[in-house]
Amino acid sequence: MSTLTHLQQLEAESIHIMREVVAECENPVMLYSVGKDSSVMLHLAMKAFYPSRPPFPLLHVDTTWKFRQMIEFRDSHTKDLGLDLLVHINPDGIRDGVGPFTHGSAVHTDVMKTASLKQALDKYGFDAAFGGARRDEEKSRAKERIFSFRSAQHRWDPKRQRPELWNLYNARHHKGESIRVFPLSNWTELDIWQYIYLEKIPIVPLYFAKERPVVERDGTLIMVDDERMPLAPGEVPQMKKVRFRTLGCYPLTGAIESEAETLTEIIQEMLLATTSERQGRVIDQDASASMEKKKQEGYF
Amino acid sequence: MAHVSDLISVDIDKYLDSHHHKSLLRFITCGSVDDGKSTLIGRLLYESKMLFEDQLAALEADSKKVGTQGGELDFALLVDGLSAEREQGITIDVAYRFFSTDKRKFIVADTPGHEQYTRNMATGASTADVAVILIDARKGVLTQTRRHSFIVSLLGIRKVVLAINKMDLMDYSEQVYDGILADYRVFAQKIGITDITPIPLSALRGDNMTERSPHTPWYAGPTLMDYLETVEVEEYALEQPFRLPVQWVNRPNLDFRGFSGLIAGGSIRPGDRIKVLPSARESTVTRIVTYDGDQESAIAGQSVTLTLADEIDISRGDIICKADAPAPVADQFEATLLWMSEENLIPGRPYLLKIGAKTVGASIAHPKYKVNVNTLEQLAAKTLELNEIGISNLNLDQPIAFDPYAENRETGGFILIDRLSNDTVGVGLINFALRRSQNVHWQALDLNKTVRAEQKGQKPAILWFTGLSGAGKSTIANLVEKKLYALGKHTYLLDGDNVRHGLNKDMGFTEADRIENIRRVAEVSKLMIDAGLIVLVSFISPFRAERQMARGLVQDGEFLEVFIDTPIAVAETRDPKGLYKKARAGEIKNFTGIDSPYEAPENAEIHIDTTSLSAEQAAEEIISALQKAGIV
Repeated sequence: MSTLTHLQQLEAESIHIMREVVAECENPVMLYSVGKDSSVMLHLAMKAFYPSRPPFPLLHVDTTWKFRQMIEFRDSHTKDLGLDLLVHINPDGIRDGVGPFTHGSAVHTDVMKTASLKQALDKYGFDAAFGGARRDEEKSRAKERIFSFRSAQHRWDPKRQRPELWNLYNARHHKGESIRVFPLSNWTELDIWQYIYLEKIPIVPLYFAKERPVVERDGTLIMVDDERMPLAPGEVPQMKKVRFRTLGCYPLTGAIESEAETLTEIIQEMLLATTSERQGRVIDQDASASMEKKKQEGYF
Repeated sequence: MAHVSDLISVDIDKYLDSHHHKSLLRFITCGSVDDGKSTLIGRLLYESKMLFEDQLAALEADSKKVGTQGGELDFALLVDGLSAEREQGITIDVAYRFFSTDKRKFIVADTPGHEQYTRNMATGASTADVAVILIDARKGVLTQTRRHSFIVSLLGIRKVVLAINKMDLMDYSEQVYDGILADYRVFAQKIGITDITPIPLSALRGDNMTERSPHTPWYAGPTLMDYLETVEVEEYALEQPFRLPVQWVNRPNLDFRGFSGLIAGGSIRPGDRIKVLPSARESTVTRIVTYDGDQESAIAGQSVTLTLADEIDISRGDIICKADAPAPVADQFEATLLWMSEENLIPGRPYLLKIGAKTVGASIAHPKYKVNVNTLEQLAAKTLELNEIGISNLNLDQPIAFDPYAENRETGGFILIDRLSNDTVGVGLINFALRRSQNVHWQALDLNKTVRAEQKGQKPAILWFTGLSGAGKSTIANLVEKKLYALGKHTYLLDGDNVRHGLNKDMGFTEADRIENIRRVAEVSKLMIDAGLIVLVSFISPFRAERQMARGLVQDGEFLEVFIDTPIAVAETRDPKGLYKKARAGEIKNFTGIDSPYEAPENAEIHIDTTSLSAEQAAEEIISALQKAGIV
């Protein structure tokens, strides 16, 4: 009898985690960011409950600044799978016209992402939310639990995290408290790509290299995804063959020049790459805001 | 992240194909910063080429700025970059690191720090296949080496790498190495560690990390990386009897009923005869259903869904076994406990116990002994404190299927949860079931509570009077009972003082004794409820958890908590039995309200404020509350 490969083990673990949440929590939701990790997480959910559909809705916290292709993909993909998709946009942010160009990335993220997520969780009364974060993404995540508890105010209290032994997770919580659950905790970026390749999981086309209109901002290539992108007088977006290693709000997501048009080429490029995945995220470069602090405040 | 393989650039498809077959090794590193543990992990990450240029640049910059290696690369900084968190007062407990080579993927559980060590190490060790125990060659086998090894062996890790580090500081001396190894073997034998791979290392200089060191020509064994890449992960779970703890019953429609879970032991095929525990019903597996199509077999470590030939009742928490190798079932155990909470273990208090997908009520007897993790001495103990390890008997409120931990980690390991805070307060490893638990059977009787109560024309209930000594509980309870009697109700009043003259004569006033005191009274009340009576219990019962336990023994609506709310100052002035005076004088220890806490009810069904009501008025108010609740 053959033993399991590392991907089979990771898959079994993630499925186990999702089933535990569904069995022990009253009203779970899956946070769906439309990125590659979300795609893998969703695929695992389809497996975990088959032949049932995943017994929870998906929630997308839309900042109104996501790449248009992400929204198209989101709508068509969830429809194909027959899943219940909830989209939440912070009405306060809309009212105040919050955006990355007018308010800066920190305010934009805080209002349209962090506050918006809390609003949505409160609105629907979710007591557990799946997120696609991985421990290999960043130093402070390395010690994050798989079941991460939040107070009724959505604050993360690192001192009250529960020990996790074997495959045993304690999901009990008081009314008003909620749990963020990270089924992909033990996956690495390479695992994610290998799994997408092996399982033929659909992902947003922006991950593949293509000629796209970009401008350079502080050494970062930003794609001009719509007319809201402010251009300097006389500035003309240039067509460059680029792709994205992570996806988010288009003004905050750096593109890389690339020739990788297929999955294997992406993996090849990643294996030979010399810079880490998060470098493309403008948000991490805001020195004032460490990931740890954001997490305590409720950023996923 | 340059995996050094020409295939990546030449034939990526072939490369990927070979990588899908990589296996996974989980290991734990044990040692303190002084032993060079962070340097060791940092170097493994570095040597596996898992670092990107921006990370390397940051490492170089940090090494120059805060490094301890005179500007040379300080690998420890790769894993120790947590100073900001320390400043923020965040507990660093278990961190997981990931790297992979061409042969394997690795998950490293790293448990930094000295405090909380037992708890964190146990957490990291619970999923590890291999432990790397670091020894500083200058210091040899220390107390902490023994502690780490004991925990490793307790949690069931069978393979140990003895990483004798800092050999460069001992001139790579074979004698030093041999001496340490001999010392260690003597100790390891005592705790049952037999599979030891010693490696002379300098994590800092890179000796025997990935390349054989020219400085240790006398050493013929593998490098650390060689060992980690090739050590056979024992498929121990696979060799065990089949176990599927049912996590979730999968019912998409009326035609499909599947049982989902992660297989905890052995393997299964369609056609296999199975037995469901604890119900002991049998059936046959018809399909192993997955999203990718039905499987011909499934093995330990896979998350699957089984369908069965017969419609038998199975719910979450049951264990499906093969019919010819069922798990034992019991409700009393001896277990090894590791306490993980700052609040000590309270023997007798009802905790929740989660094992597999099952959560049951559990109470823990006084520890038989606790173990000094440094000397392995067995010490007498009344409780277990944070990070202490002890042996206790456990009593569950219902039977469960299980395996001894030594045979199966997943069906023999459990966590203990505090009922009020919901925190995980301890973990346990089942050693064996107590014989008596398998031999005491519940006697089924023909008459039941309902018919007995009907005969008396009443609804049975417990009126649980709680409050400080001198609050007026007994006076009010006595009045209430008289009124109930006048209404023709059948009652019984259990009074704290009176019960202590008989049933609870052997109980003192320590926290543990108070809990046992309450447990007995709660059980007696339950029997009286079963007899159809209205029971009035007048006990200080200072702890919420115990009142909750009493409530949990009976059905919803049968338990009414009556909080006789009298401020301590008022009760002390009344002092009908002169007890406060004695307590203040230090003649009585553990007196509630003085040197032992009273946890007031948060949601009592009936709340009596004695500062504004006379005893008579209070009794009237309770009767009218009972009328509203439909009890009388």
